[in-house]
Amino acid sequence: MKERISADVAIIGGGIMGASAALFLRRMGLSVALLERDLCGSRSSGVNYGGVRRQGRPATQLPLAQRAHGLWARLPELIGTEGEYLRSGHLKIARSEADLASLEAYRQRTRGFGMDLEMLSLRALRERCPWLGKAAVGGSLCPEDGQANPRLVSPAFALAARRLGADVREQTGIDEAIHDGSVFVLRSGHALEVRARSLLNCAGAWAGTIAAQFGDTVPMESGHPEMAVTEPLPMFMNFSLGVEGGGAYARQVARGNCVIGGGQGYALDNQRARAQRSGLATLSQQVLGLLPALRHAHIIRTWSGTEGYLPDRQPVLGPSATTPGLFHAFGFSGGGFQLGPGVGAVLADLVRDGQTATPIAAFSVSRFSSSPRVATTGSVPSAVA
Amino acid sequence: MGLLMRVAETGRTPVRFVLNGQALTALAGDTVLTAVLTNSAQLRNSEFSGEPRAGFCLMGACQDCWIATESGQRLRACGTLIEEGMRLVTGVEAAPRSNIGPNEMPSAGTLT
Amino acid sequence: MTALQPVIVGAGPAGVRAAQTLVAHGLRPVVVDEAPRWGGQIYRQPPAGFSRPGRTLYGFEAGRAEALHAAMADILDRVDYRPDTLVWSAEAGRLDLLSRGRTDTLPYGQLIVATGATDRVLPFPGWTLPGVYSLGAAQVALKYQGCAIGSRVVFAGTGPLLYLVAYQYAKAGAQVLAVLDTASFKDQAAALPYLLRQPAVFAKGLYYLGWLHTHGVPVHQGVRLLRATGDAQVSGLYWHDGRSEYRLPCDAVGFGYALRSETQLADLLGCRFRYNTLQRAALPECDAAGRSSVPGVYLAGDGAGIMGADAAEWAGERAALALLADAGQAVNTARAATLEKQLARTAAFRIGLERAFPFPCDWAAHAPDELVICRCEEVTAGELRQCSQDTGAREMNRLKALTRVGMGRCQGRSCGAAAAEILAHACATGPDAVGRLRGQAPIKPLPFAAMLPQDGETA
Repeated sequence: MKERISADVAIIGGGIMGASAALFLRRMGLSVALLERDLCGSRSSGVNYGGVRRQGRPATQLPLAQRAHGLWARLPELIGTEGEYLRSGHLKIARSEADLASLEAYRQRTRGFGMDLEMLSLRALRERCPWLGKAAVGGSLCPEDGQANPRLVSPAFALAARRLGADVREQTGIDEAIHDGSVFVLRSGHALEVRARSLLNCAGAWAGTIAAQFGDTVPMESGHPEMAVTEPLPMFMNFSLGVEGGGAYARQVARGNCVIGGGQGYALDNQRARAQRSGLATLSQQVLGLLPALRHAHIIRTWSGTEGYLPDRQPVLGPSATTPGLFHAFGFSGGGFQLGPGVGAVLADLVRDGQTATPIAAFSVSRFSSSPRVATTGSVPSAVA
Repeated sequence: MGLLMRVAETGRTPVRFVLNGQALTALAGDTVLTAVLTNSAQLRNSEFSGEPRAGFCLMGACQDCWIATESGQRLRACGTLIEEGMRLVTGVEAAPRSNIGPNEMPSAGTLT
Repeated sequence: MTALQPVIVGAGPAGVRAAQTLVAHGLRPVVVDEAPRWGGQIYRQPPAGFSRPGRTLYGFEAGRAEALHAAMADILDRVDYRPDTLVWSAEAGRLDLLSRGRTDTLPYGQLIVATGATDRVLPFPGWTLPGVYSLGAAQVALKYQGCAIGSRVVFAGTGPLLYLVAYQYAKAGAQVLAVLDTASFKDQAAALPYLLRQPAVFAKGLYYLGWLHTHGVPVHQGVRLLRATGDAQVSGLYWHDGRSEYRLPCDAVGFGYALRSETQLADLLGCRFRYNTLQRAALPECDAAGRSSVPGVYLAGDGAGIMGADAAEWAGERAALALLADAGQAVNTARAATLEKQLARTAAFRIGLERAFPFPCDWAAHAPDELVICRCEEVTAGELRQCSQDTGAREMNRLKALTRVGMGRCQGRSCGAAAAEILAHACATGPDAVGRLRGQAPIKPLPFAAMLPQDGETA
């Protein structure tokens, strides 16, 4: 017996992108069907490092990141929980003069985006962060960046959307998605058919396949950032830590565990991934250099996930180049978590208004198409009646 | 007053160690858990409730018996043999002054 | 013929017999053992310098224990024995090891996973108090360290181990205040036909029970454990006999409800799992010879399903024979068939044990909200129930993500069974419908320092 449902908007993918879009669309009064292959927030959105960070993003992402930043501040109101969100401050350390120069240049370049970056000299660093290893010669602090628990936050968006009336279907993979000339038609097995005027492709690392079905081909690759966590330790990190030039990142949660990230794991299959020993060894070395206090600590768990990467490390966000009413949000290349609520808000704008005040031209799917297209500025004729 | 009670095998070589600044004796072949818990009633405090913990499974599964040394190292007490000179802290207040030798200081005892 | 590069994880009854069998066929297996000396848990050898004879340590099992120890000693120069070595992760063709503060990798061509079991725990309020231990712990304290867990001990829970440990303690001169069995006499009577399938084992059980009676150790059956109380250590255990509540002043409690298999490596290796109703747990699938769903990976002993020490020896030998046969070597097929028959015969006895000492299926319904289920993260039954109610969580990994149950150092070894019961009860479903906690590496805590290169640590 096939179930047929209709909604204004169908969303493929129940991670933070799709779920926050569902929430905002419901708040606008549109009907939403959200289809998630597994459990909402169980993939990238739920297993990432948990950094909620604007500093370090390319300038093109900052307006979106700023919008998201404002929404993060309203988490309890939006999703009913704080999800352990803490504006612990994000410190990006420099290991050389060149790094310092680079951080300073970034600070100059990004004035006006409200990050209030503060450069810390070696002396200031030693005073304020006595726990930092000797390799750090200075750093850039973003006081309002922070961290959250993705395992709590991402599912909470989906739950909030459901409570507001979104039809959220978990364990519901989409086998086919087409546009029949009038509406989008999605099929899940033989059990479910969904029809909608608008379709949001928020399928994470698997979104490229869906995009391709509509002729929006992108060169997406899967990556598997790996993470490790320690046992609970006495609090010592007053900021979350990043490193200019990449490598390792670390944060300490309120319960005392240190979450460490950096390096790549490997895929077990096209759904699951795992951390790998060689990566962990390198990560451990870097981490002990940065955080000598961890020299007696233990890794109690490691994990990885499957994340979509695009060659320019920028996401695809915006209307399809081929199909009116289809909007993409994927390929966040390891940096999507903080942007999540902002992405959802932008998607809701695009569906309802056909445009959004947040600049997203840099994320156009057209940048990958081989045939010449007029660059869109985020305005498309609305497909919603 | 210890938790564990020796009922056999007491004829082994003594091993001296320090617990919360107090000089104590165990027997060669004792695990750290046995050495500590024949002398006292906890290995650590729980990180969250602060309540005392003294291990649970004694076979390396439950991960409850972690204990700290004065230098900040952590050992699994049930799986580590006591060694001469080990300096351990359990989060219990250091023993009263009178039990400590003239040149010894109570440990800074981090814990958790 | 396939190139043979066999590795055995575990040196208890299953691992040792597997090693012995491979050596007899001319191979030199690597045997990785987390313990400092072979024997596993049941036949654990005390450290050097201990003097009690096997009869004292192992009682009626002394013969088997000593035979097992001798078997390994005999082949020691023909195996690559790696004691004090933890396998913290595993994948196709490779194991990750931790030994004496250093990590290493070990390639393998064929793998026999014989990782044994630990106590199955259904907690009661106060179970995290110093002085409250598992039955296995009580046994290890006595066998391995010559200590009792206290001077006035109560043993509680259910299972054959309950009576064995109480007997061992009383015999060693410790004061055993009582044995509290959640199973009823009716349960045990009903199980009789199955228990008689292994008359020798059954007779031992009766002997322990009789001995306890004769020596004045009160045995209460059909009980429900209520709570342990005490300040900085346990000082009393409250229990109910169906009519009244009682308090036993004590300074130690040993409790447990049979055993649970250590399956993390099988999980990491990608073995397919299936829910086993009798053991009330998801277990890695294997055929009668011990072949898992992953070619080249064999499972033997309690680590793939509780079977007891004798059966573990047969399973270890049988798995080794399968490994050899699968690699094209000639093996004694009659022997293999005999082993499988012996293993099949124990199945009926295992059913008998479960009927005689049934899992208390009403445990979750009686667990109070304030009961700490996950002792690593201190997550209570109430928090689990609230989460399931608030979020609709019906699956163990989702419950873990949202409440932190099973997220601590022990990765769910102590709380997994109990948490599944709580979740199932909260969802009005069976424990077979809530999934199982996924294994994650490292399966036990791994020091950062061990991940560094050999030449030194970073400042």
